[in-house]
Amino acid sequence: MTKTTPDALPAEGGPGDGPLLAVDNLHVEFQTRAGVVRAVNGVSYTVGAGETLAVLGESGSGKSVTAQAIMGILDMPPAVIPKGEIRFRGTDLLKLSEDARTQVRGQRIAMIFQDALSALNPVFTVGWQISEMFRVHRGMSKADGMKKAVELMDRVRIPAARQRVHDYPHQFSGGMRQRIMIAMSIALDPEVLIADEPTTALDVTVQAQIMELLADLQRESQMGLILITHDLGVVADVADKIAVMYAGRIVENAPVYDIYKAPAHPYTKGLLDSIPRVDLKGQELYAIKGLPPNLLDLPSGCSFNPRCPYRQDNCVTDAPPLYEISGVRSSACHYWREVLDGERQ
Amino acid sequence: MASGSDRILEVRDLVKHFPLTQGIVFKKQIGAIKAVDGVSFDLNRGETLGIVGESGCGKSTLAKVLMALERPTSGSVKIDGRDIAKARGGELKRMRRNIQMVMQDPYTSLNPRMTVGDIIGEPYEIHTEVAPKGDRRTKVQELLEVVGLNPDHINRYPHQFSGGQRQRIGIARGLALQPEIIVCDEPVSALDVSIQAQVINLLERLQNEFNLAYIFIAHDLSVVRHISDRVGVMYLGKFVELGKDTEIYDRPAHPYTQALLSAVPVPDPEGREQRERIILQGDPPSPANPPSGCRFRTRCWKAQEICAEEEPLLQIRPGTAHESACHFAETHDVVHVG
Repeated sequence: MTKTTPDALPAEGGPGDGPLLAVDNLHVEFQTRAGVVRAVNGVSYTVGAGETLAVLGESGSGKSVTAQAIMGILDMPPAVIPKGEIRFRGTDLLKLSEDARTQVRGQRIAMIFQDALSALNPVFTVGWQISEMFRVHRGMSKADGMKKAVELMDRVRIPAARQRVHDYPHQFSGGMRQRIMIAMSIALDPEVLIADEPTTALDVTVQAQIMELLADLQRESQMGLILITHDLGVVADVADKIAVMYAGRIVENAPVYDIYKAPAHPYTKGLLDSIPRVDLKGQELYAIKGLPPNLLDLPSGCSFNPRCPYRQDNCVTDAPPLYEISGVRSSACHYWREVLDGERQ
Repeated sequence: MASGSDRILEVRDLVKHFPLTQGIVFKKQIGAIKAVDGVSFDLNRGETLGIVGESGCGKSTLAKVLMALERPTSGSVKIDGRDIAKARGGELKRMRRNIQMVMQDPYTSLNPRMTVGDIIGEPYEIHTEVAPKGDRRTKVQELLEVVGLNPDHINRYPHQFSGGQRQRIGIARGLALQPEIIVCDEPVSALDVSIQAQVINLLERLQNEFNLAYIFIAHDLSVVRHISDRVGVMYLGKFVELGKDTEIYDRPAHPYTQALLSAVPVPDPEGREQRERIILQGDPPSPANPPSGCRFRTRCWKAQEICAEEEPLLQIRPGTAHESACHFAETHDVVHVG
């Protein structure tokens, strides 16, 4: 039982029922001089063991802030979490003490950052940085930690790991640095791995290598994977289910096959329609008109309404709730039926 | 030359090596980064040549040499029959009017202390003959309108615009001198997905309106396919394959092109378990010390002895209709890019 463990830490392998990690109605605000920025406005999603959830959204949609809230690495202040729960194996992480959260962070829930070059410390060897996980969390000696670092570098398929463990980050290519980041994140066998744009800075050939590696690691350890990205191609390749974010809200939740076949929110539909396709070469691309909204001054009603081709009067006045379409699908659009029936452009 | 009138750019055996030196006082050259190592192609008026390749393959150096921002080590870049690589002084200045550039990052390529009007009008300060002083403001406002911005915003500063709008400002600056060629170096990769389509549509509309020729450098292969008439695939400073967009994407002959295309994630989950993937191992070798013979052989699954001994030339190979640089070129049609 979760309550019997000291400091109310979620039990290892905890309750068998329910999702591994559940974000429930999370709100995050930033107090700035210009006003309150509502970066996350009621986000809910779940990820189970061995499952891949893709969180899709543009810059400013709140996808990374949600991840940082899960990890507990938001700077508070200026960030404030006025409402919401983040349940990990049934325990609300937001109610834990800082000491208890430190036990979870990095060990049970780990994160891979987008830019490996700036996430690694340039003045320490990669071996030192990987083995830090074992020294700090497991109390290992330097020598044992280094041995573990070599094992991990082997596991993420860095060639000649035994020699390269003594190299510095700048001596590695972009793809190899990202592998080092992955090695650090999986060092303590986390149950949930959050990958924030893990391949955005990389070439497609290297991206394919990294995504394959992540899939293999996930298969071995049955981690729950939260993949944060804006790339519709990567999502289609690896995700089990998708949460689409816009202006701090989830606008659509669906299994991967359903969403590509028939999106139920105008924003998702617009994104899918604007992908260049072979049969439409020479024609103008479909483009979502307008710009993403200013988070300091969100439009009234549905945040997407100024850009939406399906807009009606009530979209400007009433913010749509997340309508349930089926047991596994939902859409935050008053007119999801019309969108669902509408043809892809 | 009957066909010569249509040809705006002729690049022959272009080479750019950057010296690697050792020592502080007496610099000794110990080698060279072979960033561009023998590239040839032609470009017609109103045509788009897409250039794809991994980072470090020399795409951006090629763009700089075409713009005469770097002097080539050897080879020629002829714009309208005249060699920009050999031009000096006034002649070079006149030639530069005809080839302009749109940069990758709209956040760093616009001076934050200049107004939009000053940024777009700056080319007229250098090329005073294009627009007399009194005309400039109206010219700049026309340009703002052409790229879909409000002409009244001429006195605003770059930070007052979003990323997509800033890229439009960069495009307006590129158009100011009415060039015939525009080099676009990753023009949409810094933009949000929903904004990329807007900028691509703008570039296509401008091409039709002004009969512009584009060199379109990008790593997003589906965007390149959408906009390009022909595509060149670069690997370690050389073209490994060059042909029409349909030839490159539907019937790629070079193993590198095949691997590159198969690595592109398809935005459709249908049948993803069955999809054939060629995943290249390792990273590209250093351009300071490229492999002998074929440069791709260290990562190629077809490599034989001949690949290390003899360098394959970029030419039309048996069974294919376009140029490729592989001893064992054969078309492969299992790869699909959306």
